[in-house]
This record gives sequence, C-alpha cells and structure tokens, in this order.
Amino acid sequence: MADDADLKTLPLDGLHRRLGARMVPFAGYAMPIQYEGIIAEHNWTRQKAGLFDVSHMGQLLVEGPDGAAVADWLESLAPGDFKALQPHRVRYSLLLADNGGVLDDLMVTNTGRRFYLVVNGATKHDDIAHMEARRPAGITLHHMDDHALLALQGPAAVTVMSRFDLVPETADQPAFADLKFMAGARYRWNGMLLGITRSGYTGEDGYEISVPAAEAEALAEALLAHDEVRPIGLGARDSLRLEAGLPLYGHDLTPDITPVEADLSFAISKRRKAEGGFPGAARVLDQLFNGAARKRVGLAIDGRMPAREGATVWTGDRQVGVVTSGGFAPSLNAPIAMAYVETPLAGDGTALEIDVRGKRIAATVVPMPFKAKNYVREGDRK
Amino acid sequence: MSRLYTQDHEWIEVAGGSATVGITDYAQGQLGDVVFVDLPDAGRQVTKGGEAAVVESVKAASDVYAPVSGTVTESNPALTDDPSLVNSAPEGDGWFFRLTLSDASELDGLMDKAAYDAFVASL
Repeated sequence: MADDADLKTLPLDGLHRRLGARMVPFAGYAMPIQYEGIIAEHNWTRQKAGLFDVSHMGQLLVEGPDGAAVADWLESLAPGDFKALQPHRVRYSLLLADNGGVLDDLMVTNTGRRFYLVVNGATKHDDIAHMEARRPAGITLHHMDDHALLALQGPAAVTVMSRFDLVPETADQPAFADLKFMAGARYRWNGMLLGITRSGYTGEDGYEISVPAAEAEALAEALLAHDEVRPIGLGARDSLRLEAGLPLYGHDLTPDITPVEADLSFAISKRRKAEGGFPGAARVLDQLFNGAARKRVGLAIDGRMPAREGATVWTGDRQVGVVTSGGFAPSLNAPIAMAYVETPLAGDGTALEIDVRGKRIAATVVPMPFKAKNYVREGDRK
Repeated sequence: MSRLYTQDHEWIEVAGGSATVGITDYAQGQLGDVVFVDLPDAGRQVTKGGEAAVVESVKAASDVYAPVSGTVTESNPALTDDPSLVNSAPEGDGWFFRLTLSDASELDGLMDKAAYDAFVASL
C-alpha cells in the first residue's frame, strides 16, 4: 500500500515481524495489531502476562530549577496536584485547553529530580507544541524519542519482573520489590538504565518500562524468554482497556469533551477543585458542582451484536447519546460499549437502545470497569 | 457444482439455480476472531456487489457483498450459536447464506480457484 511508505518504524519492528505480527498503521507508525489472535492474546494477558510495545507513545522529561517550579508549571496545564505528588509516585492527569476540553490524557511521574510524562502517540507532537508555547524560561522540555516503551501486564507480571536483578539507580529510589501500583523509579539491569512505573492500561497489575531504543530488543527478548510472557498486539490492548473502563484518546476523549463529562473528575485533585487555576477551570468547576449535560457511561449490550464507535443511542424516538468505543469483551463473552449520554439517563440500570445498521438493540447503563480491576492501589481496601 | 470467488474474498458454490455464499480462508485470516455475523433474512433481495451481510470481529465490522444478484433463501443458523465457525471452517460449515440466482450470467466475471489463489498471492 502506498501509505505504508510514509509510516515510521518502531525500535522493535524487526522483532514484531519475526514473531509473526500483522502490522497496521497506527499513530503514524507501523504497529502490531495482533500475533496469534486478539481473543487469545486478551485472555493470556488476563491470565498470565502480556508484553506490549507502546513505543509510539510520547515520553517527555520536564526539568527546572527545582521540583516546585516544574510542578507549578504543570499545574498551569493540567488539573493535578503536582506539588503534592511525592517522589517516585505516578498520577493520571489531563492536558486541558483554555475552554476545559481535553487535549490529551497522560501519566505524570515525579522522579525525584524532574517530572516524567507519558502522552499518547497520536497527540504527542501537538502536546509538545502546546507545552512549548506555554513554557517559561528556566524550564526545559525534552522529548525522549531515543527511548522505547514496553508494557508488561497481567497477574504474572510481578513474578516475572521479580526474577530480574533490578538495582535502584540511586540509594534514594525504592527497591523494586517495594514498588507499589502508581509508583515508579529507575533501575539498572544488565548494563541498561530502565525507567519503570507500576501502572498500565489493561485493568491488570503490571509495569511500563522505558528503555533506550538500542537496547529495547534485548529487553523484550529477555522478557519473552519467560514462559508466562507472550507478545500482545494493539487489538487486545484495545479490548483490555475497554473492559477496564479506560477511555481512549481521540475516541472517548476529545477537545470537545471536559473531564467532568468524561467522568474523570477524580483527575481533578482536591486542592485544585478548591483553588482552580487550571485551564478552563471556570467551566470545569461549574460542571463539577452544578452538573454537566452529558456523561461518559458504560453500556452492557443485549445479544451478541457489537455496537461500534459512532452508533447512536436512543430512548424511544429521541437520540440521547452516541457510542465512542464499542466492541466485543472476551472476558465477558459479550459486547460492551462506552457512550456519552444525557446526564439524566446516565444512572446505572438505565435501559437505552442503540441503533446498529438500522436495528435497535437493547443496552443498559452499567458501572465501569466492566471487568473488575486486578491490582491494588495504596489506600484501597481489600 | 463449481466454486467461484470474488475480489472481495467471497466464495459462491453454484448448484443449478441456487448457490451458497461465504467468505474465504484468506478473508477470515484478515478479519481475525469473528464474534458475530449479521446475516440476511430469507426473502431479502441482494444485488451483485451490494451489501449482503456484516461480519464482526473483535476489532471491527466488515461488509460482505453478494457475489451475484438473487433472493436469499436461508442463512446459516449455526453461525448464530458459534460465529467462530467463520474462522475454523470458512469454506465449509461457516457458510453465510444461500440464494436463488436472478441472472446466472453474473457468474461469468468471477474467478475460479486457480485465479483466486493467484489474486491472493499478488496482494
């Protein structure tokens, strides 16, 4: 295909092809959509551990005269409480436009010296331009485009990674065994310096591992050498995150959607709710306290026919929403979807209908995640 | 009886004035795991090259086109219970629907097995 010539390749391109991946264009790169099959890969990740290449994502380092100056700047871009983010802790956050619309969702790690950000692949260049245009003197923004990013996800991820002799880069960084969910640090292994966060996008426990591009294949091979680990493509990544109720940027999140509408108010830290001072705060806080007209919900769908992105949601003869992600949930053996619906119809148990190719199928608003998460955050009650 | 193929990767097995339609092994491999097939009801008129069914994989919905014009007489009830038959037996038990042909001359432009295999090899 003519378009393929314009596609960039990722550091693990050769490995994916040797492993029999079907490669597709995604975010400007040739990426593996599947190896043995989406359902098998999905189930393997839920039962063992899946290795994902997410090197298309943007890895950014923000440095300044001190951590407080960087946190201050990040708080002018996103509604997180970065001043209170402790060293080696990770937070989910949202890059907001001046009207409160979501420009991207991202993970922010306080490394102790600087802040490490992971943003979406399709938006990374826009994010960098947005941040550069607002970057004060004294703060630097570095795109780590010489690094790959791997994710090891699933119940066996901890066991597998624990077999690696991971040595903290410095004495003030946590031992690998002490790395809790939504924490991160740097470790030396086999001559490599790895940035590891315990986090992910599957609803499973696991890690995301930043590795110099030149060493990514050796690390991937070392991980795949363990019986519990198989390579997993983008197809299963999508079905796993959908079951986990996690939004996908460009689909469930766009510049036309606010954090409150997206049901991501948890990403607006308590102090920021009181103080504001983030882009679009007036609109976003008004929605937070007085309600928004629409809300992102999960839909359980009757029968077997999936409803896809763009399908309209109805009650009687009135359209009340639209599906933004939908597909088949292998762990539930049923179709599921995310949709934006009018807030009065967003309550759990609300019966709705979805139009799929002119047929009405019954759907019910259900809590997300669709599939119970399989990790424990600090502070969670077991 | 003879089996013919389209460039859209449907197969049609003709027996007298009626025919059975499905998708090829190549097509199912491209689609991946099939989770649902939206089949035409008996009595529906289909047009050569027009949409006749929709096959849903985990990832996406894909149209299946009618290789020839005709009237659907039956769709495969086994696919309702086990859509994965499209993956495991695409050119056998995973057939989609049967129809009566309205114009047998429409078969003339279709490929035989050797031509289809060469077509797939060229992709």
